[in-house]
Amino acid sequence: MFSWDLLANAVVAGVLLGGFYAAVSLGIGLIFGLLDIANIAQPAFVILGAYAAYVMNSAYGLDPILTGIAFTPVFYVLGAVVYRIYYGSFERRGEESLRGLVFFFGILFIMEVSLSLKFGVDYRLVQAGYIGKSFELAGVGVSFRYLVPCVVGVAMTAALYLFLGRTFYGRAIMAVSQDQAALRLMGANPVQIKTIAFGVGIAAASLAGALLITIAPVIPSTDRDYIGRMFAITVLGGMGSIGGTLVAAIILGVIESLMATFFGPSWSLAVSFGILLAALAVRPAGLFGR
Amino acid sequence: MTRTRALIAVTLATLVVVAAAALVPVARAADPIKLGFGMALTGGLSANGKPALLAVEIWKDDVNKKGGLLGRPVQLIYYDDQTNPSTVPGIYTKLLDVDKVDLVISGYGTNLIAPLMPIAMERKLTVMGMFGLANNEKYQYPNYFQIQPAGPDPQTSTAIGFFELAARQNPKPQTVAIVGADAEYPQNALVGARELIKRYGLKTVYDKTYPPSTVDYTPIVRAIKATNPDIVFVASYPPDSVGMLRAAHEVGLQPKIFGGGMVGLMFTTVMTSMGSMLNGVVNYDFWAPEPPFLAIPGIKEFLKEYQARAEKAGVDPLGYYLPPYSYALVQVLGQAVEATKGLDQQKIADHIRATEFNTIVGKVKFGKNGEWAKGRTLMVQYQKISGNSIDQFRGPGKKVVLYPDEFKSGNLIYPYAAALK
Repeated sequence: MFSWDLLANAVVAGVLLGGFYAAVSLGIGLIFGLLDIANIAQPAFVILGAYAAYVMNSAYGLDPILTGIAFTPVFYVLGAVVYRIYYGSFERRGEESLRGLVFFFGILFIMEVSLSLKFGVDYRLVQAGYIGKSFELAGVGVSFRYLVPCVVGVAMTAALYLFLGRTFYGRAIMAVSQDQAALRLMGANPVQIKTIAFGVGIAAASLAGALLITIAPVIPSTDRDYIGRMFAITVLGGMGSIGGTLVAAIILGVIESLMATFFGPSWSLAVSFGILLAALAVRPAGLFGR
Repeated sequence: MTRTRALIAVTLATLVVVAAAALVPVARAADPIKLGFGMALTGGLSANGKPALLAVEIWKDDVNKKGGLLGRPVQLIYYDDQTNPSTVPGIYTKLLDVDKVDLVISGYGTNLIAPLMPIAMERKLTVMGMFGLANNEKYQYPNYFQIQPAGPDPQTSTAIGFFELAARQNPKPQTVAIVGADAEYPQNALVGARELIKRYGLKTVYDKTYPPSTVDYTPIVRAIKATNPDIVFVASYPPDSVGMLRAAHEVGLQPKIFGGGMVGLMFTTVMTSMGSMLNGVVNYDFWAPEPPFLAIPGIKEFLKEYQARAEKAGVDPLGYYLPPYSYALVQVLGQAVEATKGLDQQKIADHIRATEFNTIVGKVKFGKNGEWAKGRTLMVQYQKISGNSIDQFRGPGKKVVLYPDEFKSGNLIYPYAAALK
């Protein structure tokens, strides 16, 4: 069944899927990769973002991506509050490892149940002019439903990369991930810096959720489908490497797409995670890890 | 002295008898009949589990308004099985041993019925199954009855109408692609489809499965398109049904007939969101707001009540898929209790096995393995849908019944591409 046409289509579809995976994984890349906080609840925040996009779309006809952008300040504040609770309850007492994990598990379940109670358990979808449409370029089909999330995902990666590398707070976040004591000696408050970083990570979930509901219908428990992929991409890219997250996401996307096209979609996830294990065996710190 | 002793003895004996009578639980008129079940109120199947619960609650209210069963009110005792089969044994053990329920029905779906079967068999319960596919094929437990109208051959029931319609076309389609999720229902449906492909002498050009957590379906649809099949049969759960249909439109997959076993397309939120993208899809269903079904006594009253309560309950606003059958399931159980004038599990089962029941989904008669004696899985085609209004789905004409012939309400638009115009 092999043809060059199918191969080109599979690679392009994989790259587009990878761009979306990057958008979904950036928040966890920041929170888990840089701050070393195992925020298991991150996918639930993504689903919350998806529901925000659904509400604004169904009630006011607002474009889901625009809603995702508009809600980032709200999610930032939400993230900052969650981190402060986490810090006050666990991190300050040095109990963050296991109890902190339980805390985030708790948040995940509370958010799932709250969404179920508020919105019920029907599948929710959004309407947008680009959903269901596609165009063809040199024999390669491109779905707008994946192109838009990919472009936004790459833009988010670039923005976060520039923020971390070029701004004072960005550099402070990089510093806090390396040596908190040294940062404190420089007169910066690590807790404040981590609050900002956590808030930015959760703000990214707002946009990621909007992209997710653009691609597929969601129910409150959809978050469980993404936990594994998000952490796998972060680890494969290298803990704390934002560029690495994008590369890892694209690798996973392309492998999934190639497997689905040529060898049977059942193998997609197994091969993707097999490659993750092989890559970690060769480079335990991930592709771009320090 | 002897008379005094005799008097004391008689008094004591009377006291003992009275005390014993007080201790033995006797069903009084005011004691409720307890109906117990687990239900998927959270997790993957909750989009169907919650509407099913609402339907059972409406039945309970209807029965209690008329004075209950056997003159006793009906009380529901239920727990959330979280769409997790491992919770089922614990839930039913508690229902039977702690809550002391009188009757049980299953939760929603094949996976949640499977772990109930050994418990039902061990305790010799009469158990009503709610939409399980082929749960009793291996057990052959005589006191199990299942309300999904799959019929005596449940594995082929989803696909038979689809392939029958394809085979009636002239010229007859020759090649077929089948695809489905790696999960219980789609796998069963695919087994049935393979059997029917042999029966109708078709040639398989694509036969693959995918993991349920797949995000992008365009590579799968593109691979199917590359094989140029006349027929595409899809066995999928709601997120993949949406993903496959959208991908089919994006990739331009236009076989002569498309659909088959796509769960979720009949859900109201999905129908209203997908809109005209549904046009032409031929898919299984169990109920449609078409004249043959709307004429059945009681259905209009049920739907009116369901739709009035649906928004508050946060469930499917129309309730055309599972709710009528959930109501019918407890209707059968209630009618059997009344007819046998008691709660004897064996007598109830014997009565259900021997009787044809009048329900809001029509006449129900059970046959082999507790399935419907004659299958009634519908094959419908979505036609002339425009925009995303919910009102267009309330009445006839949008989900036209093509199979079986006795419920036919319209004609197949063939090929698929013609229905897209």
